[in-house]
Amino acid sequence: MKKIIRLTINNQSHEIAVEPNLTLADMLRYQLALTGTKKGCDTGDCGACTVIMDGNAVNSCLVLAVQANGSVIETIEGLTTAEGLAPLQEAFVEKGAIQCGFCSPGMILSAKNLLDKNPNPSEQEIREGISGNLCRCTGYQKIFEAIESQSS
Amino acid sequence: MNKFDVISTRAHRIDTPDKATGQAMFTDDLCRPGQLYGVLLQSPHPHARILSIDTSKAVNLPGVKSVITHEQAGYIKYGVSPARYDETVFAIDKVRYVGDEIAAVAAVSLDIALKALSLIKVKYELLPAVFTVEDATKKGAPQLHENSPGNLCAEVHQEFGDVAAALKTCDIIKTSTMKNKRQDGAFIEMQGCLAEFDNRGLLTLVSSTQVPHYVQRTVAMVLGMDVGKVRVKKPYVGAGFGIKAAACPMELACCILARETKKPVKMNFTREQVFMYSRARHQFTHTITTGAKKDGTLMAIKHECCLDGGAYTSFGIATVYYTGSLLGGPYKIANMSYDGKRVYNNKPACGAQRGHGAVIARALFEQQMDMIAEEIGMDPMELRIKNMMDTGDTTCNDLNMSSFGMSECIEAVRIGSNWDKKKGNMPRGKGIGMACGFFVSGAGYPIYRSDTYHGTVIIKLTEDGGTALVYTASAEIGQGSDTAFAMIAAEALGIPLDNVRLASGDTDMGVDLGAYSSRQTLMTGHAVKQAADHAKTQVLEVLAEQLLVPLEKLDIKKGFIEFAGDTPDFSALRTRYIKEHRGWIDNPDSKKLTFKEASRIAFLEKGSIVGTGKYKPHNLGGKFKGAAVGTSPAYGCSAQVAEVTVDMETGQVTIDNITDAHDCGKAINLTAVEGQMEGSVSMGIGEAMHEEVIFNDKGQVLNNDLAEYKIVTSVDMPRVKTIVVESCEPNGPYGAKEVGEGAIMPTIPAILNAVYNATGVRINELPLTPERVFFAIQDYKAKMAK
Ligand code: FES
Ligand code: FES
Repeated sequence: MKKIIRLTINNQSHEIAVEPNLTLADMLRYQLALTGTKKGCDTGDCGACTVIMDGNAVNSCLVLAVQANGSVIETIEGLTTAEGLAPLQEAFVEKGAIQCGFCSPGMILSAKNLLDKNPNPSEQEIREGISGNLCRCTGYQKIFEAIESQSS
Repeated sequence: MNKFDVISTRAHRIDTPDKATGQAMFTDDLCRPGQLYGVLLQSPHPHARILSIDTSKAVNLPGVKSVITHEQAGYIKYGVSPARYDETVFAIDKVRYVGDEIAAVAAVSLDIALKALSLIKVKYELLPAVFTVEDATKKGAPQLHENSPGNLCAEVHQEFGDVAAALKTCDIIKTSTMKNKRQDGAFIEMQGCLAEFDNRGLLTLVSSTQVPHYVQRTVAMVLGMDVGKVRVKKPYVGAGFGIKAAACPMELACCILARETKKPVKMNFTREQVFMYSRARHQFTHTITTGAKKDGTLMAIKHECCLDGGAYTSFGIATVYYTGSLLGGPYKIANMSYDGKRVYNNKPACGAQRGHGAVIARALFEQQMDMIAEEIGMDPMELRIKNMMDTGDTTCNDLNMSSFGMSECIEAVRIGSNWDKKKGNMPRGKGIGMACGFFVSGAGYPIYRSDTYHGTVIIKLTEDGGTALVYTASAEIGQGSDTAFAMIAAEALGIPLDNVRLASGDTDMGVDLGAYSSRQTLMTGHAVKQAADHAKTQVLEVLAEQLLVPLEKLDIKKGFIEFAGDTPDFSALRTRYIKEHRGWIDNPDSKKLTFKEASRIAFLEKGSIVGTGKYKPHNLGGKFKGAAVGTSPAYGCSAQVAEVTVDMETGQVTIDNITDAHDCGKAINLTAVEGQMEGSVSMGIGEAMHEEVIFNDKGQVLNNDLAEYKIVTSVDMPRVKTIVVESCEPNGPYGAKEVGEGAIMPTIPAILNAVYNATGVRINELPLTPERVFFAIQDYKAKMAK
């Protein structure tokens, strides 16, 4: 039996009928075509599906869509402004922090969430802030640089 | 002063804005109307005869559109190297590993497809299984393949010079053995594909592959189709590292399901299936004997290796050759022998992974270099420099180092790491170590025997003038090749990068062997440059005619036409251009004639301006058996220094930092080169410190997720100091060569040498878990106490 949920995604309110076992990641990707949210495991291990839910970075493959009822969600698609890329996205481009790009949406959202909560993180805090986001390509160096460049 | 305008800079990658915003499309992001979902039935047993397959219940489940087995897929064998084809899409009479494909289902939803899988009844007769090289090679061991007695998949015996005689003249001889563990590619995007036939019989397969070209050929062969009726396209790919460098059974099953249902079919591996399918780095067991004179001159290497291959050949025949051939440098060694074999067993097949075949041999040999240095009291860097090949030298197995900045790399890491101050002055528990390595810039020959060009490129100038469209079938999988080619095209045409657009990864665009063996920058790069030169010449020829200026006096730079000597009056051309663009806001008023005007005029005179380029290497390598593997038009090389802290009580190793220098020839994009170096180091650290695919006694992968299979995280990764060393590679476009794989070569031995420096203990098995290091330290202490 589908259930109707209401939630806000990237500042837009939605009312959606979802199966009770549908994950938030699958709802975003396959029902709303917000495919910027990636899936690298579906078991909560890689962080590619990271979204910001009510102010916290979560693995959307571990959240059921019904659990997101009433929440405020921010996905990678919500970061871009009318002026284009957000400064943090710019920084990832400029520093070369993106290679294959599959981890990048989740990585950028974790970094954003970290900087929102702690605008001036230490190196260790940056490492911990993105420790749930695996990147197999970059060795993280340029990701550190991109995040460091955005700390105040 | 940079004599280049576009290359040799830190230009932003052309694909990353879309990747940063989530706009970049990967395979599973694509959907087709009416698409079905496909899933694979895989063997739960490591070795069993298939007695019967009953699909009737599955076929009758509402929503199921097709169930296929070998009856639909056929009996055609495929694999990587044509001489070694040993796989069929679906198992026919027996399964050889847990995960061997037996059937596939397409249904209107994933849930229904999975339900249908559970309704397929397969009767098996279980066969005894073997999981190790030792068990597989025992007398009377169960045989995996009919015509491979003793489960021997491949063996290689080579000797260059006279190793036995040379060893007799040596003052120092070191023999040691080393073993790594099976690695997993652990790219973050799991394999996926989407196949569809149109109504004229054209098959389009969209897949997360590194090699559209080889996949196209394999699909055509297995489905019995004309190559011209198969189009393979690669959208953005979430990396591959070698594992996605061959057609996989899911791609083939997906195409067959699309044929059977006449509907688009999408399939994805789960993470568990990525581990099950494997095709990543082999487990190698090496024994190497190295002999040297007491002044440090290297005399001979005797190298033996056994590869734990898994159930099928995959890349294995190339792997077993690479393992031997890439030990020949970077030092001058006249005598080298190699005895390698690869053994089948009932685990998933291993294949190619970053640093194909050569990583563990290098890890062992570079430790022996340090042992020799220690024995004769020479600095390890000095020993290496003493024996280093020079630019232009050829190894005893015929690999020619046409450019070779190896000594410069050593010097760079010596200074960069403050080696002279640190070496020998570190307290117990802290250590510093270094190593060198090199790798091919593209395989000298295609995987199938052929005279084919390895890459072709088309550049079309847009008819309005001003923009160059680059078409290449090469594969951007994260390494930055699209950007490198756009930069090369812009440089060669003499226009800004902004004015180049590029489309890649589609077999309709030409031939390109794809992203493996670190080949694209050099090989595809050549073809891009040639195509750009060709297009540029056509534009300049028209100008020369129109302005009555000799062709040699014309050039294009930064988007403007340059005249050697006096600038002729080009106002007639400009007027002609502007007249056609009434109302346009960007009409030129520059002092110089623009490329845009020139290419528009060229179009008006000649029609569309299309430049073509192609590349294949010159004849490479010697005449001996296996000489082709390891040959390359160029070799990249690197040196690294690792600093570690070892907790002598617990065995915990911490890597404090890495200094890495790599000679990539001319760096097309400096930021991207550093990115490859840093990524290589992280994969090397993963293999050295944590990574190991673990099986139970039933042939199942125990740690088949990214929680238990530990790749390097942001918390583990040390800071890396990357130093780009540039040489000029005569065989490379603008002097460029590889960086993607050579940079992993020194990582593991540098760490092992540092651990030895910290503890006095040599550890012969990876990964360096605290237990392993702890027991090695205990053994050593016990020995010292005696
Ligand atoms: S897909 Fe959610 S953590 Fe990997
Ligand atoms: S850029 Fe490829 S996984 Fe991070």
